[in-house]
Amino acid sequence: MSFQVPSDLRYAKSHEWVRVNDDVATVGITDHAQHELTDVVFVELPAVGRVVKAGEACAVVESVKTASDIYAPVSGEIVGINKAVSDNPALVNTAPFGEGWFLKIKLSNAPEVENLLTPEAYKAQIGA
Amino acid sequence: MSLQRTPLFAAHQRLGGKLIEFGGWEMPVQYSSIVDEHLCVRRAAGIFDICHMGEVLVTGPGAEEYLNETLTNDVRKLGAGQGQYSQMCQEDGGTIDDLYVYRLAPLEFLLIINASRIEVDVAWLQERICASKHRSGVIFENASNRLGAVAIQGPRVVDFISQVFPGASEAGTQVASVRDLKKNETGRWSTFAGTPLWVARTGYTGEDGFEVVAPAALIEQVWNRTLDLGHVGCLQPCGLGARDTLRTEVCYPLYGHELDETTSPIEAGLGVFVAFEKGEFVGRSALLEQKTKGPKKRSVAFRMTDKSPPPRPGYLIFVDGQNVGTVVSGTQSPSLNLGIGLGYVPPVVAVPGSLLEVEIRGRRFAAEIVKKPIYRKA
Repeated sequence: MSFQVPSDLRYAKSHEWVRVNDDVATVGITDHAQHELTDVVFVELPAVGRVVKAGEACAVVESVKTASDIYAPVSGEIVGINKAVSDNPALVNTAPFGEGWFLKIKLSNAPEVENLLTPEAYKAQIGA
Repeated sequence: MSLQRTPLFAAHQRLGGKLIEFGGWEMPVQYSSIVDEHLCVRRAAGIFDICHMGEVLVTGPGAEEYLNETLTNDVRKLGAGQGQYSQMCQEDGGTIDDLYVYRLAPLEFLLIINASRIEVDVAWLQERICASKHRSGVIFENASNRLGAVAIQGPRVVDFISQVFPGASEAGTQVASVRDLKKNETGRWSTFAGTPLWVARTGYTGEDGFEVVAPAALIEQVWNRTLDLGHVGCLQPCGLGARDTLRTEVCYPLYGHELDETTSPIEAGLGVFVAFEKGEFVGRSALLEQKTKGPKKRSVAFRMTDKSPPPRPGYLIFVDGQNVGTVVSGTQSPSLNLGIGLGYVPPVVAVPGSLLEVEIRGRRFAAEIVKKPIYRKA
């Protein structure tokens, strides 16, 4: 099974991805993760303004069968959440790296991004 | 402890089934997606492996009376080739299992029991034989390993089912074609290797369909042939995930959720299947007391009224800020696109239209009790 692993992103071991523009990181879950979950039926997003630490549970994604925590890959303040995915959870399955993004974090500790997995390392982790 | 596998294990792997543990068995929860499989059954056709379920044969001149003493429903209502839904209760009315009983022949009965309850049920049934004055006329066989089963469900199953099992039935309900079986009727065919199997017009999805009980050695052939011929009806393999969302939408009980040893058929709203007038059976006086005085809790169906995460088993139910009950089944309904569930509440609250709150991860979301079934075909 071959999953998309875009080369311009960084990855957490817990299957979140991060796209960094200046000091804001957009966060979502990977193609591999959405495939494991299948049928996303609900996404619970945090409040804008909340401060999170890397590794902290900050959102929940629910499939028909289970609820899974989403962990902040980096530390900072939540400055944006994706209403589209709240209204239409299926976007997580159909566009996990695009319209299915979850939230935006303003980085409080930019070097943390270097601790995340490179696309090659994430590919190795998922056996792609 | 290693998991049990059905005769269809290799087929599930070939079809890309996502295998999980269920009641000690390694079973497919889905092949493509739970939502797709669910909608496929509602609109066209799906086939399910239900080999993990148990089969018990009870035969002999004492079988009918023994079963009537042991089960809640009245097997005297059954002619050869007819089946009924029933329960097996303890003296205190708590449910040991829910099941289907078929009269295959005047003195021969087939019981279909839940996978997770096979050991308990078999021990209980055997104990009841020893205690019965009809015991010398009862022959008991736990045929759960010898027999397997598949369920073929959906409005388009009739498009191909008589190609899978052609011709007239040779026993049970007499029909010229398997499509002529009425709900709860079963007939015998020997289409595969000249070996008899039973096809019943029953199911657990709320759609038209059939359930096939056959020797384990035939099951793979039955499955493959049905998938081949089922193309004309857009037949898809479906897993346990869709089986659960389908039955929840139509409020069919699942043992361990709506029924268990602390919950009676009366509390579960299944009183219509308890035949008090037939005479004595295990649990009769406890159930009669609940029926006349009213049970302490009642099963209700509900739907979430605001956008919310799906309700799930174990979540607490609140009325006026007080925890009054618990969710026993819950999911996001693929047909209705909202959260639905079943739960137990005090009788006074158990009225369609009553407003509830379901606590999900520390927050309470609004819900409303609805009449059963939650999903109804238009």
